[in-house]
Amino acid sequence: MNLAIQPERPKPNSASKAKAIIETRDFSFAYGPTQALFDISMDIHKKEVTALIGPSGCGKSTFLRCFNRMNDLIDNTRILSGQIKISGIDIYKRDVDVIELRKHVGMVFQKSNPFPKSIYDNIAYGLRIQGIKRKSELDEVVERCLRGAALWDEVKDRLGDSALGMSGGQQQRLCIARALAVKPKIILMDEPCSALDPVATAKVEELIHGLKTDYTIVIVTHNMQQAARLSDRTAFFYLGKLIEYGPTEQIFMNPENPKTEAYVSGRFG
Amino acid sequence: MAKPKLHRFAIRSSRKKTIEVIVANLFRLMTYCVILAAAYLFFDITANGSKAVFQGKAPFINIQFLTEKPQTLHVFEPLEPYNEIQKRRTQILQLQSKRKALGSNDTEQRTEYSEQIDNLQAEIERWDAQRKAERLKYSDDAYRALDHTPDLSMFKHQTYAYSGGGIGPAIIGTCLLVLGSIAIALSLGLLCAIYLSEYSRPGKTLQAIRLSILNLSGVPSIVFGLFGFGMFVHFFGWGVSIIAGWFTLAIMALPVIIAASEESMRAIPRGFREGSLALGASKWTSIRTNVLPYALPGILTSSIMGIARVAGETAPIMFTAAYALRDQLPWEGLEQPTDFFFQGVMALPYHIYVVSSKIPQNEYTRDMQYGTAFVFLFIVGFFALSSILLRIHVRSKYKW
Repeated sequence: MNLAIQPERPKPNSASKAKAIIETRDFSFAYGPTQALFDISMDIHKKEVTALIGPSGCGKSTFLRCFNRMNDLIDNTRILSGQIKISGIDIYKRDVDVIELRKHVGMVFQKSNPFPKSIYDNIAYGLRIQGIKRKSELDEVVERCLRGAALWDEVKDRLGDSALGMSGGQQQRLCIARALAVKPKIILMDEPCSALDPVATAKVEELIHGLKTDYTIVIVTHNMQQAARLSDRTAFFYLGKLIEYGPTEQIFMNPENPKTEAYVSGRFG
Repeated sequence: MAKPKLHRFAIRSSRKKTIEVIVANLFRLMTYCVILAAAYLFFDITANGSKAVFQGKAPFINIQFLTEKPQTLHVFEPLEPYNEIQKRRTQILQLQSKRKALGSNDTEQRTEYSEQIDNLQAEIERWDAQRKAERLKYSDDAYRALDHTPDLSMFKHQTYAYSGGGIGPAIIGTCLLVLGSIAIALSLGLLCAIYLSEYSRPGKTLQAIRLSILNLSGVPSIVFGLFGFGMFVHFFGWGVSIIAGWFTLAIMALPVIIAASEESMRAIPRGFREGSLALGASKWTSIRTNVLPYALPGILTSSIMGIARVAGETAPIMFTAAYALRDQLPWEGLEQPTDFFFQGVMALPYHIYVVSSKIPQNEYTRDMQYGTAFVFLFIVGFFALSSILLRIHVRSKYKW
């Protein structure tokens, strides 16, 4: 099994508490009567890619959606215990404005969901809803985001075309670009490549790798090679519990828990 | 004769295939029946109604019929042809009875009677042509303006209510009723549908609310009419008025509009809502920018269709808004602007009801009866068509 871990990758600094941007403490979460997450505690570090892996239904997507409170949209969800702090603030406190939180924590969904508008309008959407209307400012942001998502050269001549005319991979990169427009600090990605072919996947991965210098990225993936290629740290979830969390190299090469070892070597899941 | 050998994929007859053919043809037959019924309805109304609405000389449309108020029709039949025709009709009846009384052997006599009857028929036709050429028709206004009335020793004078003039006030009244109730029903229904589909939490209560709204559409229209009469006309004291009609029609159209709007909004992919919320949009912003625009074509089409359907009802406006006859247009004789809303109007469906049930059917009233139905059909068709065009237009702007 070729894990293709780049040797030049800087070693994640596991000891520094100051670098943690998301701190989760004993977090338990339930959909109605079914508990989905059990006492999860982990720190996600600034400007790193953190991968959440695990078999289907293990709660990794649920956990991801807790970071920008997307689960609020689902009825009958509740937090049983614990807290999640982003930049030191408990995001489930009553005085937290979800809108501000979501501007800070962007999200890219499993199924690419560009709005049925032009490419330009898709990127500008995040700014327009904040009341920014100046054309020059919007133009500048659209270009910056499309360049940031390595999409500018492909679409610069057809910014007015519908976003739905793009290929699947381009649509997903457009969604990433759209998320960049509101200047988030953290970007959550829920299996962003699950519907893409290998070439498009490679492009998105390249993009994620490049984004790491400016953003903290949390990515849920089913693809173990992808986790190994992309991430600095990996968390393995199983049945709603965090089984093991550590530097990616360690999780894949030298896991402590036998379940982790079985999963990453492909013996179950 | 030896049976030809069937290869593996050859068609073999079986019971299953027979049933297949019968079922398919049954469906086809039923569809043709429906099309035939609809085609006959449209053909009948158009053929008879166009006599009143169109005319042989320019401008080809009978403007008077579309703009004037209904009036009594005064008909002066020339007496001589009238009497001649009546006389021959009696003779024909007599001959027919005689022919019936004959035994089966009198073929000669029978042919003779039949010939006589045919001759009389031909004579009647000639007299009838003369009668049509000589008769005089006046609407009420024209009749009053006459310097001297036709000589009653030469003419037989008959009057037919509602059959002269036109249906202008009824057309205006119907358009007013439709536009007003669209405005009320759409705003009420849309807001309600947004709440139900986007804000309310699913559960038993919501189910019950949905069910009761759906049941509302099964309530007979006369019940809505009585409700409007009790609520708006009496309790609110609005009297028989446009505004009472608006609200009655709007409430009647609400269930359709709410159900259709909710359906259109639920058909919008979840991803659009989540996508915009994840970008920091508030709930209302996300609905306004990413749900409503895409749901709008469906909402508008079904709403306008719903209203057009309701606007054709006679029962709800019978007690609340419609007058059988009113000789003032809605903007005439207002003492203050608000009076506009508190006056009854004429309306096409009620006018159809009146002219088809309250006056006799004959050659003088037919034009009015069919003409009104034709114009009404045309107006409802126009609303339906415009809603479809609107949908095509809006739909091409937002596609996913």
